[in-house]
Amino acid sequence: MDVVEEHDIQDKPTKKKTKKPKKQPKPPHENGNESMIEKTEPEHVDPPAEFSFPPTFSVSEIKNKQRRHLMFMKLKQEKRKQKVAMKKKKKKERDALGDKAPPKEVPKTIENQRVYDETTVNPEDEEVAFDEGTDEFSAYFNRLTNPKVLITTSDRPRGRTVRFCNQLATVIPDAHVYYRRGLALKKVIPQCIARGFTYLLVINEDRKVPNGMVLCHLPDGPTAHFKVSSVRLRKEMKRRGKDPTEHSPEVILNNFTTRLGHNMGRLFAALFPHDPQFVGRQVATFHNQRDFIFFRFHRYIFKNEKRVGMQELGPRFTLKLRSLQKGTFDSKFGEYEWVLKRHENDVCRRRFNL
Amino acid sequence: MADKSQVCSVWVGSETGILKGVSLSKKQAFNFCEMSCLSRDQEVCVLGWGDQHETEVLVGSVNGTVKTFSTEKGIFTETRQCGESTQGRFTGLAVTDSALITCVETGLLRVWKEGSTDTVEINAGTNVCRMRQNPSQRNQVATGGKENGLKVWDLERPETPIFTSKNVRNDWLDLRVPEWVRDMAFIPDSDKIVTCTGHHQVRVYDPASPQRRPVLEAHFGEYPLTALSLPANQDSVVVGNTHGELAILDLRKGLVRGCLKGMAGGVRGLQCHPSLPLVASCGLDRFLRVHSLEDRSLQHKVYLKSRLNCVLLSSKDLELSSSAVTGDVEEVKEEGGEVDEVWDTMEMINDQAKKRATDEEEAVVTGVEKTTKKRKVVK
Repeated sequence: MDVVEEHDIQDKPTKKKTKKPKKQPKPPHENGNESMIEKTEPEHVDPPAEFSFPPTFSVSEIKNKQRRHLMFMKLKQEKRKQKVAMKKKKKKERDALGDKAPPKEVPKTIENQRVYDETTVNPEDEEVAFDEGTDEFSAYFNRLTNPKVLITTSDRPRGRTVRFCNQLATVIPDAHVYYRRGLALKKVIPQCIARGFTYLLVINEDRKVPNGMVLCHLPDGPTAHFKVSSVRLRKEMKRRGKDPTEHSPEVILNNFTTRLGHNMGRLFAALFPHDPQFVGRQVATFHNQRDFIFFRFHRYIFKNEKRVGMQELGPRFTLKLRSLQKGTFDSKFGEYEWVLKRHENDVCRRRFNL
Repeated sequence: MADKSQVCSVWVGSETGILKGVSLSKKQAFNFCEMSCLSRDQEVCVLGWGDQHETEVLVGSVNGTVKTFSTEKGIFTETRQCGESTQGRFTGLAVTDSALITCVETGLLRVWKEGSTDTVEINAGTNVCRMRQNPSQRNQVATGGKENGLKVWDLERPETPIFTSKNVRNDWLDLRVPEWVRDMAFIPDSDKIVTCTGHHQVRVYDPASPQRRPVLEAHFGEYPLTALSLPANQDSVVVGNTHGELAILDLRKGLVRGCLKGMAGGVRGLQCHPSLPLVASCGLDRFLRVHSLEDRSLQHKVYLKSRLNCVLLSSKDLELSSSAVTGDVEEVKEEGGEVDEVWDTMEMINDQAKKRATDEEEAVVTGVEKTTKKRKVVK
């Protein structure tokens, strides 16, 4: 019995130590004694000052899967306990200090750590102001033209893309959806210009799902090519409101700071009529984060001075800019102002272009 | 203003009409523009040196004016009206002794003589994209454009070109190959001309050989090549395309030697330094980049806030700042006292070293400095 019990007690601890004797003949005897008393610390044995311990035992060296799993679970529980204990201690210290406590540390995020981009626009810069005042969008921003958008798709679109186009047409005022019929874009563009359109929006479809968008500002303006992802149509949205009305929405552009970002912001802003008197409580938001542009369409109502209720209506999608070309659509012979080159952009995780 | 312009080693013209000077040693960029009369029709199309000593920069704008900017004084000294904006943009600007040569997109090549108002006119065809001057024989110019092959003109005989190129043979489907010459350069020490086309081809023509078709043809990329430049050593050429891809091609076999990374927008201007292995590029992404040709690494990158159209490099050493020059000169003077007749026969260099030292003078200074340093070690 005694023998059996001893065997039992020694079972688990010795299992950890089976590997050790093979590596280091001397220490395990001492460690064996220690471990029988305390079953904790499977791997981190603090070395005493006199002699340095060889590398400690790690859970991954146990060949038996079940025992290894058990050891790993134990290790995780220990770590979690330690973490909770640290947190409690810190909270106690903070409460004890009261007002004199040091400010809370802000956690590092990729947006916090963003590398400073030298093309960030300074609002007082005259040269940039002159450039933007005389570029292709100046006609719109000087209130000389109103936007008129033509929405079309790649050839032979499937149901999802068609519904997406129709919903976009309700969101953008003065938008017309046309069936593509296999026409070449370079031939469509002069006809659009003749009929007074200011924008051409082409949704590209792949495997029954919209995946790309070409946005071309018409008289001679820049052409942007985007990758579209995460498209959610109205039926798929939870807790949505009723369909959007004919009122022009407000436009919110968030976080477009660099020069390229400014160009993108103006490209999106010129899709909607420029009217500071907001009628209808609808708002379209283009939010840029980490070079992805998130589009959302909401209806808001101010309950009182500080609280707002919002309902999401309308489609939502995500865009990523792939290239910005200087003239109207001409992918073969046009000059590109910016092209996404994946290998050059993936070098640093904290550098963004928009 | 004057001291700013004297330090600048790279000159860039932008779409907003501003001439920008960049000093790479001081890492600063300066705008030189005429007061606040900026407008889009003053967009800079071409830049060129006004003289051999590179003291004057000629700036050609869309509205047909050619302005002269003096680098010593730092101001625009002269403006000439060389055609109207209806005739098209400038595609080339060159200077021979006392005459200014301009070429516009509609193909009108004019030689404006100093003083007199009449001009020698040559019609170089329609849709000319570029005109370049032969640096060794300054009265020869080459023109080329869309569906307008390479033609070399001698200004003494303006009626017919001295060399007209012929298009390559029909391709494997027996269709005519379209031609679109975007940029060209004269290869020094020979008669050959290398051109880059909008159909991503690089071709070398040899007027000395009996064939008018290209002697060598190479392909790079899938996008139109917009700019071309020849580095100081022979047998290679740097090209740039509309996607911002810069490549060094070898002209012996027509293979790509390597690519220079970094540009994100279409390349509009490209120039190699006459003696150092450096190349400056500017384009639609609003940056000026200087790459080293030996290891293809980026040496300098400067953000200039407008889209850039053309770049001009001066022949002086880009890294040499004014203080370094005076330091070398003093050392030379001290060592010169105690040495042989060899050094006495060499020209004494003045205390106020000219800011724009020529290449030979610099070579002498650095050579002397190096050998004197060796002597110190030996002693």
